[in-house]
Amino acid sequence: MSPRKSILLRRIAVVVCGAILVGGCASTPRNPDDPLEGYNRAMFAFNENLDKVLVKPVAQVYDAVTPKPVQTGVGNFFSNLADPWIGLNNLLQGKPAEALSDWMRFMVNSVFGIFGLLDIASEAKLPKHDEDFGQTLAVWGVGEGAYFVLPFFGPRTVRDAAVLPLDLAGDEGWRPTHVPTRNSLRALDIAHTRATLLGADRALEESTFDKYIYVRDFYLQQRRYKIHDGNPPVEYEDFNGAVLPGQAPRWADVAAVAAVARLELVEPVVAAVHKSPGFEYE
Amino acid sequence: MKKFVLACCFLFSVLPVSAGLTPPDQLVRSVTDEVLGIVRQDPDIQHGNADKVITLVEEKVLPHFDFRRMTMLAVGRDWRDASPAQQTRLTDAFRTLLVRTYSNALTQYRDQTIAFLPLRAAPTDTTVQVRTEVRQPGAQPIAIDYVLERTDAGWKVFDVIVAGVSLVTNYRGTFSQEVRRSGIDGLIATLERRNNELAGKAAR
Repeated sequence: MSPRKSILLRRIAVVVCGAILVGGCASTPRNPDDPLEGYNRAMFAFNENLDKVLVKPVAQVYDAVTPKPVQTGVGNFFSNLADPWIGLNNLLQGKPAEALSDWMRFMVNSVFGIFGLLDIASEAKLPKHDEDFGQTLAVWGVGEGAYFVLPFFGPRTVRDAAVLPLDLAGDEGWRPTHVPTRNSLRALDIAHTRATLLGADRALEESTFDKYIYVRDFYLQQRRYKIHDGNPPVEYEDFNGAVLPGQAPRWADVAAVAAVARLELVEPVVAAVHKSPGFEYE
Repeated sequence: MKKFVLACCFLFSVLPVSAGLTPPDQLVRSVTDEVLGIVRQDPDIQHGNADKVITLVEEKVLPHFDFRRMTMLAVGRDWRDASPAQQTRLTDAFRTLLVRTYSNALTQYRDQTIAFLPLRAAPTDTTVQVRTEVRQPGAQPIAIDYVLERTDAGWKVFDVIVAGVSLVTNYRGTFSQEVRRSGIDGLIATLERRNNELAGKAAR
């Protein structure tokens, strides 16, 4: 490691540790569903500031100077590079047909779609999938662990954060090894991805009064949706009735369910708990 | 004249006819087509004219939503502790917030196409999920599902699920924290304050 790099890393480490300390002092009520909330909130704030001063302005410039068709091409290009890794994960999850479809996509788009700039495969009825190694682990029965906000990368669960290096390597496996080229590509990828979210910014700011919680619940809900390939179990409860006598105090049962969900090395199966009489799962 | 005829066609397609209620998938389709048709032809809305788009949403979309049930699902178990008066105020405040958010999203609408996926439901079902997809070039389609319940007044939407995330239950964390901190009245106050801020911002 070069000295310059190590200084940079040390600086990042200082910022991260500072954020953890600040988070530890924050007087947020403890939430059993989010045991790392203090740290998470501090890291969330750090990421938000980074976004405000650097990432978002760059994305806005990119969005303003890049014609729409070029943006489409950029999006297709990076999406194509990710397809082989998505296919491998589909195979690991026991979905060989989907895996084959992903690899076909990669070949079709790389060859006939000018290095992936055009997404011909989608029109040829080879749909784009969304898989990563965190989802594969979930399918294999590994629990998600606590919600965990990473510096720079943002919302994760402990499980997904642990395999992030693998996912990054898998995603970028096809990219050039020439370092300046690789870094430029990364920057373009980030600017493009952020630009696609510019429209959602205002809605997110306006629709909630605690952005941290809204983003957290959004991430966790969407993660479960992706793990279940778009068919997560959904239950709609009725909160109109009176509270049943003998029901446990709400914090105790919420904490118990959260603890059980974390102990079980599988996705929490809510339905079974929900149907037992006298017990309302939240 | 042509518009009037179209409006009548729409009206009759939505009104419960003697054969029964409008099927939920047809309802979602006709409302979506009509609203997006209006947005597409209205440069004011495309430039973000909040009043105009909110009027559109209130006229065309809101009658098909069950906001009481939505609010109950968003508030979760604290709903039981709320008095009927508090429940009404919560419902009103949450409706205002959702309408503003949804209207905002409509002003972002440009050239995306909406695909209506086949309905998977039995004729006897009283709760169905109508699946749609927003398709745009260069991006993965975004799934938008509407969950409807059969009522005497027709099918009513009580949840909207965007890319796997329920816009309603996603508020539960925020709401229950607010109730823990300052009670149900505190949540009502926070919601109403937020709505006033947003209304003030839009007026400027």
